Amino acid sequence: MSSFEYILQQVINAVSLGSLYALVAVGLSIVFGVLKLTNFAHGDVMMVGAFTTVLLIGIGMPFIPALMCGIIGAAMAGFLIERIAYRPIRNAPDVTRLLTSLAVTYILENFGILVFSSSPRNFPLPATLNDSWQLLDGAITFTNINILTLVLTFVSLIGLGWFITKTTLGIGMRAASEDMAAAQLVGLDINRLIVVAFVVASAFAGLAGVLWAAQAGVVQPQMGFTPLLKAFVAAIIGGFGSIAGALVGGFMLGALEIFIVAFLPDEITPYRDAIVFSLLIAFLLFRPGGLLQPNREVKL
Amino acid sequence: MSEARPALLEIQNLQVRFGAVRALKGISLQVKQGEVVALLGANGAGKSTTLRTISGLSRPSAGHILFGGRSIATMPTSQIVRLGVAQSPEGRRLFGSLTVDENLRLGSCTRIDADGIAKDTERMFSLFPILRERRPQLAGTLSGGEQQQLALARALMASPKLLLLDEPSLGVAPLLVKHIFKALAELKQQGMTMLLVEQNMKLALQLADRAYVLRTGSVALEGSSTELLSDDRVAQAYLGAAQ
Amino acid sequence: MVRLLLVTLLLVLVAGVAFGAPYLMSDYFVRVLLIIALNSIFVLSLSLSNGFTGVFSLGHVGFIGAGAYVSGILSLTVAQKASLLPNLPVFMNWFSMPFLPATLTAGAFTALLAVIVGYPLMRLSGYFVSVATMGFLIIVNVVLINASNFTRGARTFTGVPLDTSLPWVFGWLVVTLFVLWRLVYSPFGRRMKAVRDDTVAASAIGIDMLNTRLSAFAIGAFFAGVGGSLYAHYLGSFSPVTFYFAMTMNLIAMLVLGGMGSLSGAIIGVICVTLLSEVLRSVERGFTIGDFIVPALFGASQVALGFIFILIMIFRPKGIMGESEFGFGLFRRSANSKIKQGEVK
Repeated sequence: MSSFEYILQQVINAVSLGSLYALVAVGLSIVFGVLKLTNFAHGDVMMVGAFTTVLLIGIGMPFIPALMCGIIGAAMAGFLIERIAYRPIRNAPDVTRLLTSLAVTYILENFGILVFSSSPRNFPLPATLNDSWQLLDGAITFTNINILTLVLTFVSLIGLGWFITKTTLGIGMRAASEDMAAAQLVGLDINRLIVVAFVVASAFAGLAGVLWAAQAGVVQPQMGFTPLLKAFVAAIIGGFGSIAGALVGGFMLGALEIFIVAFLPDEITPYRDAIVFSLLIAFLLFRPGGLLQPNREVKL
Repeated sequence: MSEARPALLEIQNLQVRFGAVRALKGISLQVKQGEVVALLGANGAGKSTTLRTISGLSRPSAGHILFGGRSIATMPTSQIVRLGVAQSPEGRRLFGSLTVDENLRLGSCTRIDADGIAKDTERMFSLFPILRERRPQLAGTLSGGEQQQLALARALMASPKLLLLDEPSLGVAPLLVKHIFKALAELKQQGMTMLLVEQNMKLALQLADRAYVLRTGSVALEGSSTELLSDDRVAQAYLGAAQ
Repeated sequence: MVRLLLVTLLLVLVAGVAFGAPYLMSDYFVRVLLIIALNSIFVLSLSLSNGFTGVFSLGHVGFIGAGAYVSGILSLTVAQKASLLPNLPVFMNWFSMPFLPATLTAGAFTALLAVIVGYPLMRLSGYFVSVATMGFLIIVNVVLINASNFTRGARTFTGVPLDTSLPWVFGWLVVTLFVLWRLVYSPFGRRMKAVRDDTVAASAIGIDMLNTRLSAFAIGAFFAGVGGSLYAHYLGSFSPVTFYFAMTMNLIAMLVLGGMGSLSGAIIGVICVTLLSEVLRSVERGFTIGDFIVPALFGASQVALGFIFILIMIFRPKGIMGESEFGFGLFRRSANSKIKQGEVK
């Protein structure tokens, strides 16, 4: 295998991983933009989407409808979380909101363990999706699932782009992210805006959850934990609160992780996550607005 | 003659606190239909706080705010806007990452009459022609004066019954200030009721019918513009001289 | 004078319980007591930065874990080091430390680590410092898993002598309480609270923000390391996952429930959460009421605890003690609570 083919394969891997990170990061950024809250439960919403799909496939539903139901299930979960846990503390100090967010994820994960047990179960992927494609005499492989991930990511991001530039609610979401008081002053219904933001963000998380589980081959209640943390780093790198930032950050993080594993010496590879989170800290210290928002103030 | 007109906005003994600080210590004022009333006073006197509270961004600790006879003191801001109170806030508070067009569109977000919105948009562009040129540009790239015009236009897009203006001349070049106040005079001609907070006393009193002078959270003076233009005590209230 | 007498009496009582309990109570209760005291040390050390200085660190358990491993490594006998950690660097594998020096070394190590880590991090404001310290926790976890020459990686680190007993834990608890109490109710403590309550005003009157936050962070880390050492010598074996998010949530729950701005609140929070967990866990195993059988629901206790936590966030975010202390009026109340209630102008 020549180095060109190796690089091309890594690019494909990076794009695949990056789209998943981007999907999760987008949802995180949307919620943060509107509520200025880090929704740690976002990862568990992913889990809800994945489990819904797995269970429905288990009772005979074909993949695509099950996927749609997974997305809807995740959106409903997000709606409930906002209503029950986040709305009552909307005006509480930041620490309280952070803690509530942690509590929600704690509850959801443990509830998942309670109902489903913590051992991983298989993701019943339809055979066609596992079919792989080989190019260049087998030097490059990717599966249909990779293609599906890419296509769905692309489609949903286009849809989101339409939503935030052509509908009043979507434009209002961008406005509220920038200046909540001014958004109130023009008369936007903030409650409705927040609910919509949560539902959209959770739908994205649900999609990401199903795709992530499909690629990993398994689902388990704790599955959302790692993607959440990684997506969080991605969102911060790109610019927390900005949808474009989440996209940029997601793909860059995907590229970075693949790069570390594929091109750095073997002694360093296991420290991949340490490198990623050191990058997080570096950005927080030196470029808190991320790559796209240079003016954010976060220091004392 | 003016007593015959009903009070569109009525504020009675309004008190607002921020923590331990009492920003408004019990002010009362009214704005009648079709009037332009100015709110004058030095920095920190409570003028912006008054407007914020009317719009629902701050909650009063005591007192009443009546709009068209209805109490709006505890209403959510979006409802207050829908009732017909729009504000061009201090510092303009435009959505800098959104285009001029999008800002205007948000201004009309409480309305459902698509025809009316389209007509009003046209009206805004004839009132403030420079905005038509800048339509697809991000609001953050506009100059101070252009931003002020956009802020005004955005508030007007809500088709308000009462327009609140907070410091429209601040940070705007003198020539454009004139243009803006000319536009405001035109609006007044068309019957718009306005409550205007303004540092530039002369401009404010030229436009307004009546004015209140605030000092450290209370009403120190009130009267018609003609009276106040020639009253020494106004300047004293600004400088905080002992009475 | 009365105060001195009462304190001495209290200390005698504590010592009595520490030494006498194993003879008077069942093993189970002794263990519960020990865990409560140990968790108290953890939560007290956590409260210094999170409660009193307004730096809500999510990385505290990283220091606990670091302290546990450092102390564990130092305490292994030379023979154990040779078999369990064959690749330990030469300068470390020829000696073995007794309990107290190992504990002190662990504390010193974590304090130093806190200074290094905190120097850049303590500049960040509220929400971002929480996120950054969470990053620190993850990094510590990754390092512990991968520095297998020192830590046996993800495998169980075992062989630590079971030196921790009730007298040791109670002793360290008393020390921790004493140091923290002197710190919190002193001019330095007032600086901490000023930094927490109003950063703008604090720097305006000349308080060095970075120094104050860093000191609180480092002192808290010292006791975290000490606690980690005690924990290591209690468990005997552990692995990196012991010191990760589950422990973090546990400690935060105890801190918040008891009241973040109160030392006695920290202890009360520990006791309440521990007892509540025990009760819920026994219910978890299923029980019968008459003819009605309630089945076992393992994991339900955690879900219930999570809900209780949220209820507290909504209805009483200040916790049980808020910012006042429990002391029969003998110990000074927090000056803050009076100012907040408007009694002091």
